[in-house]
Amino acid sequence: MAGQVATGSRSGLRSALPLLLPAYLWLTVAIFLPLSAMVFFSFMTELPLAGKVWAFTLDNYTTFFSQGLYWRLLLASLRLGLEVTLWCVVIGYPAAYVLAKVLKGRSREAIFLLVILPFWSNGLVRIFSWAMVLREGGILDTALNAVLPFKINIDLMYSYPAVIIGLVHSYVPYMVLTCYLTLQAIDDSLIEAGRSLGASRLQMLKRVIIPLSMPGLVAGAALIFVPVVGSFMEPRILGGRTGTFYGTVIEDQFVAVFNWPLGAALSFILLAVVLVILALASPVLKRAA
Amino acid sequence: MATTRILEWCGLLYIWLLLAFLYLPVIIMALMSFNVSPFYQLPFEWTTEWYVSLWQNDQLISATWNSIEIAIITTIICTVLGSAASLALYRYEFRGKKVLQALLFPPIAIPWLITGTAMLIFFFGVGIGRGLFAILLGHVALALPYVIVVVSARLQTFAPELEEAARSLGANQWQVTSRVTLPWIMPGVIAGGLFAFAVSFDQFVVSYFLSTPGQTTLPVEIYAAIRKGFTPEINAVSTIIIVVSMALMLLTARFFKFGGEK
Repeated sequence: MAGQVATGSRSGLRSALPLLLPAYLWLTVAIFLPLSAMVFFSFMTELPLAGKVWAFTLDNYTTFFSQGLYWRLLLASLRLGLEVTLWCVVIGYPAAYVLAKVLKGRSREAIFLLVILPFWSNGLVRIFSWAMVLREGGILDTALNAVLPFKINIDLMYSYPAVIIGLVHSYVPYMVLTCYLTLQAIDDSLIEAGRSLGASRLQMLKRVIIPLSMPGLVAGAALIFVPVVGSFMEPRILGGRTGTFYGTVIEDQFVAVFNWPLGAALSFILLAVVLVILALASPVLKRAA
Repeated sequence: MATTRILEWCGLLYIWLLLAFLYLPVIIMALMSFNVSPFYQLPFEWTTEWYVSLWQNDQLISATWNSIEIAIITTIICTVLGSAASLALYRYEFRGKKVLQALLFPPIAIPWLITGTAMLIFFFGVGIGRGLFAILLGHVALALPYVIVVVSARLQTFAPELEEAARSLGANQWQVTSRVTLPWIMPGVIAGGLFAFAVSFDQFVVSYFLSTPGQTTLPVEIYAAIRKGFTPEINAVSTIIIVVSMALMLLTARFFKFGGEK
């Protein structure tokens, strides 16, 4: 203790270790070792539990590459991720722009808080709430039939659009948040200067504002795309039988079929895809930071 | 000038449409928890019977207690371990610091489906198995990086000269930390703790893979109930959850803003 005080506050690893060790030990036991164990298990024929005979194998991976089913589902999940991300850009970016550049003062603060508030509220419950709206005889159906002179049947529940709507609803606050942060950092005088030099609004948007807010767009896209590709609860609740995606197949391996080694291999392939995407996004993100 | 005003009005209108999109389903879900019809039929008739029957549902009540207990223990462990780690990362220079900081991001960035199934495999392999203890292990690991990030952000506003001054006035290391540094970072620690509580209380995916029929949390119970069929009872419990977590987030925002101010 006395030595530490004498050498001041920058005495290195030896002093830092007791403070760091508990947190990083916990992360190792509950995150890093499990991820490594998953890789290990994915090369096994059986779980090495209760005296079961097991051997190393590549079968779990050949299953993925030889059976069109898993490929198709991974592609379907990637497409779902892409569509949800695009909708989030289309819906979230203009909102972020209005928040950052049109609203001022207290009303900006209040609305910003309102937009990101659902962000931390229970995702499962919010997905469930869409079931109330989308089902036949639900609110959307009833409301439209009350307004329109003719009878229509709205039953979006258990369909692909329902899954998209639910996921966009869940993830659009991310896009608003990240774009807002980069848009707010753009100096207003820059925009005024461009306008006074004769640039039209559209030109300003294309040449100045969108390029400058690119890091926010990329960060938001990565934050949305990655969890959507691995989603399983949302397609299950809103998609019903049409809601079979890569994530739901992984879920099945662990809770229904109990083929854990195959589940581990499928999870690991997803992890690889996720890491590639994050690696592709990181140069843009580094530039922002 | 006129076009600017029109564009501003369109922008405002757009924001309100977005807020409607974000909140209307949740509001409708909450309203339906006060409606008499078990099949969500209109016209609306007020009742609180679904909340009463919720109160008699032992399975949900016990899952709720599990959720609250796990969230509280997670909060305590995360604030202590997280604050200690943030302090170390702020105060000391050593090799590999950048790596340690980078290691905080995998738990946040990797989809919970992958982390959850990996935990299930590993905990089974080493004999921890499934259950409340496994869920707690997982929740702390998921929330810890958030606490470290939030407390570190608060520490950035701290002036190291204050520690030097206290030391030169004869305070020992423990006194410097407890009387000078900790009071300063307290808003960050509280915000981090609230984050940890929210992460744990709302966590579904990881709990889902680590729970067993008797040892489960509220979101897992709700998911099981939803898959059996929709009932207004689910609406009632969902309404309670959403109110609790939004109140928590508002509280967090309050403290986090204190963290941002001088």
